[in-house]
Amino acid sequence: MALDASTPWTGYLPSAAWDEAMDVDGRVREPYAKVYSEIDKMSSEDLTARADSLANTYLAQGVTFDHAGEERPFPLDIVPRVVGGDEWEIISPGVAQRVRTLEAFLADVYGSQRCVTDGVIPRRLITTSQYFHRVVSGIEPANGVRVHVSGIDLVRDQHGIWRVLEDNVRVPSGVSYVLSNRRAMSQMFPDLFGAMGVRPVLEYSHRLRAALTKAAPEGVEDPTIVVLSPGVFNSAYYEHSLLARTMGVELVEGRDLETHGGRVYMRTTAGRRRVDVVYRRVDDEYLDPVVFRPDSALGAPGIVHAARLGNVTICNAVGNGVADDKLIYTYMPALTSYYLGEDPILPNVDTWRLEEREAREEVMDRLAELVVKPVDGAGGKGVLIGPAATKSELQAARKNILADPRGWIAQPVIQLSTVPTLTPDGLEPRHVDLRPFAVNDGDDVWVLPGGLTRVALQRGQLIVNSSQGGGSKDTWVLGGVRHRGPVATPESRVEFGGATPVPQSAHPDDYIHGQQQMQQQQQQESRTEESPC
Amino acid sequence: MLSRIAESLFWIGRYVERADNTARLLDVHLNVLLEDPWVDEPAANASLLAVMHVKAGSRVSREEVLSALGTDPKLSSSITGTMGAARDNARRAREVISTEVWESLNTTYMQLGSRSRTPRPHDFFLWVRERAAVVWGLHSATTSRDDAWHFMEVGRSLERADMIARMLMMRSLEGTTGPNWTTLLRSCSAHEAYLRTVRSLVTEERAAEFLLIDRLFPRSIAYNLDKVETTLALIEPGLARNSLTDQARLALGRARTNLEYQSIEDILEDLPVQMQHVQRACAMASDLIRDRFFLPASSVMWSQEAV
Repeated sequence: MALDASTPWTGYLPSAAWDEAMDVDGRVREPYAKVYSEIDKMSSEDLTARADSLANTYLAQGVTFDHAGEERPFPLDIVPRVVGGDEWEIISPGVAQRVRTLEAFLADVYGSQRCVTDGVIPRRLITTSQYFHRVVSGIEPANGVRVHVSGIDLVRDQHGIWRVLEDNVRVPSGVSYVLSNRRAMSQMFPDLFGAMGVRPVLEYSHRLRAALTKAAPEGVEDPTIVVLSPGVFNSAYYEHSLLARTMGVELVEGRDLETHGGRVYMRTTAGRRRVDVVYRRVDDEYLDPVVFRPDSALGAPGIVHAARLGNVTICNAVGNGVADDKLIYTYMPALTSYYLGEDPILPNVDTWRLEEREAREEVMDRLAELVVKPVDGAGGKGVLIGPAATKSELQAARKNILADPRGWIAQPVIQLSTVPTLTPDGLEPRHVDLRPFAVNDGDDVWVLPGGLTRVALQRGQLIVNSSQGGGSKDTWVLGGVRHRGPVATPESRVEFGGATPVPQSAHPDDYIHGQQQMQQQQQQESRTEESPC
Repeated sequence: MLSRIAESLFWIGRYVERADNTARLLDVHLNVLLEDPWVDEPAANASLLAVMHVKAGSRVSREEVLSALGTDPKLSSSITGTMGAARDNARRAREVISTEVWESLNTTYMQLGSRSRTPRPHDFFLWVRERAAVVWGLHSATTSRDDAWHFMEVGRSLERADMIARMLMMRSLEGTTGPNWTTLLRSCSAHEAYLRTVRSLVTEERAAEFLLIDRLFPRSIAYNLDKVETTLALIEPGLARNSLTDQARLALGRARTNLEYQSIEDILEDLPVQMQHVQRACAMASDLIRDRFFLPASSVMWSQEAV
């Protein structure tokens, strides 16, 4: 092949997993057609140069996350991930259904526990969950919503089927990267956006603010909303400030809040100001030293009591962690039919509950080919991937499981789908997952079209979390209908004829009286006068 | 506005202004070292560090001065350290300041390392002053004139008055005759304004008057003290007698009128002492503003019960 015929795609080969851009015969899948041809027109240097400029934009904007105390730019890959409109028609209702099930389950757990008496969930499972907080049972949220924001992690298996990997209903993070990724990518590929009809993500902040407003305590007309952040050293601080900024609300830290007489206030230069809705990005355990960790300085003492009195709404509700426990996860299909009377739209990943003796014995035999996860883990911590593990790691895992079977689940290794990703060696397939974000305002569950695609930057790596060296991709959901409105008729056109001319600052006299020439002559004359000297 | 945010804004104002003026100060100093043939450089350097309240021995090399006031990012006295602190505060107040201001501070911070390694310090100083101007320009063009604006304005004006006072103290550095008044006017970007206003050659009295008490020039001490007073009145318009803001305004007003009503000859007679008065007034006002606006009136602590 001649050298100038090579494009960034030269040598791109899908591996064993489902590649979302290309099938095994090297044919480009339909949603990726336009992205493929756009990149095909570039040289590899072009593509790398764009990727560099993308990274520089992020540094300048301060789109960073804190890793081990150091501020790092959040890695954004130059190749977008494209999700076809027809696939989104499965994902979006699937995620919404999941959120409605989780809401119903949480309301039940902190209410009458009907699911236990009906024998759907063993009581033991709830009471042994580390995140079940009896202290909030009986607190009825203002508009019945506990999961205002959720992130349902999805993966695509070898056969291209979307499956739910885990639910996040405590404080799911990452949505700020969806917003800033989109802003950066639309500057990088302006033509593609128009041509492909990518659905916009910008309304997220607006939707979230509306949902938080609706969640205000009863009788509050114009609620004061705040975002509660642990502080500037938190790994997601960028996200907290972006959400506060784009919603137009205050970003507070625990030390800015105080509670008096069952009401929550923030300290301002003009004295105390009442707070009605707290979108908190602080974990339950740190939220209120009165009922949780007494040494926490990140929360506001007494805020849970204020919530119980109905004077403040905490979003997401305290105690949601019981629902995203990975053992409860295994019951989600049953819960969906139990509460909603519907079949689950998105299937789970097959999971062994290691508490059950038969399952445990099978898993122990096949540990080297399975994935073992702690039930309360997040961020890919503690996950053991059997085929990649050493003997001693397997041995340690075996011991951990036998010591605490309630603490672990096992799943088959899922070959996550791959998407072309720019690496130092050119474009290569890399594994990805997807975290769509859903906002529940009490009437409707809205799913942000797109979501955070996380990509494992190392070859073959299956853990995609940013804390494990992962990056992200902008996720383009197709099928956005562009409402341009009807074509304007000639009669309806606005006449600009009467617009006043744009004024110029030049001194009018200069032109009117030919001053310019006189001034120039003056110069010439003086020059001739001077020259004889 | 949240007290914590107000404090960050106040300090962004102070730090950016301080970086700008430190650059001017160092520039003047290097100029003096070049022009004064009888200069005792190590003593002059030490004396300059004393003006900026940096602890040092009695003899200091030029590299040490440049690092302590200019390029050492670990020192809070240096330009790089100051700009870093400004950016740090901006990060904490990210949702209140505009994206433009944040990005200008952030990119400035990221370029500090490479810019400060230039062989010609003058280039670095010029760049710092330009970046400060960019920050002010964007801030002025993108910020509503509410408390967010006022608190930064208070910080900036307070710092400017304080720094001009320090700059004038350079007239009496040890080991050198110090910068002449034309140099001082230039370094405060005041020379041309002075010529247009005073319409005569630079004399000691008139130049000092211009930098001390000119009512219209934005880099005179009185102008900035007055600016802080009026801005504080905007933040807290009520006539609360004897509140902490009133006391702050009182301290500033006293320092200002002292300059305005004393004869210029008397001030010039002991300029360093007079300038220390100004600095003390600024420090006092700064503390009073902190007590009034930034510190919580009462702090609720949750302490664990010990059995």
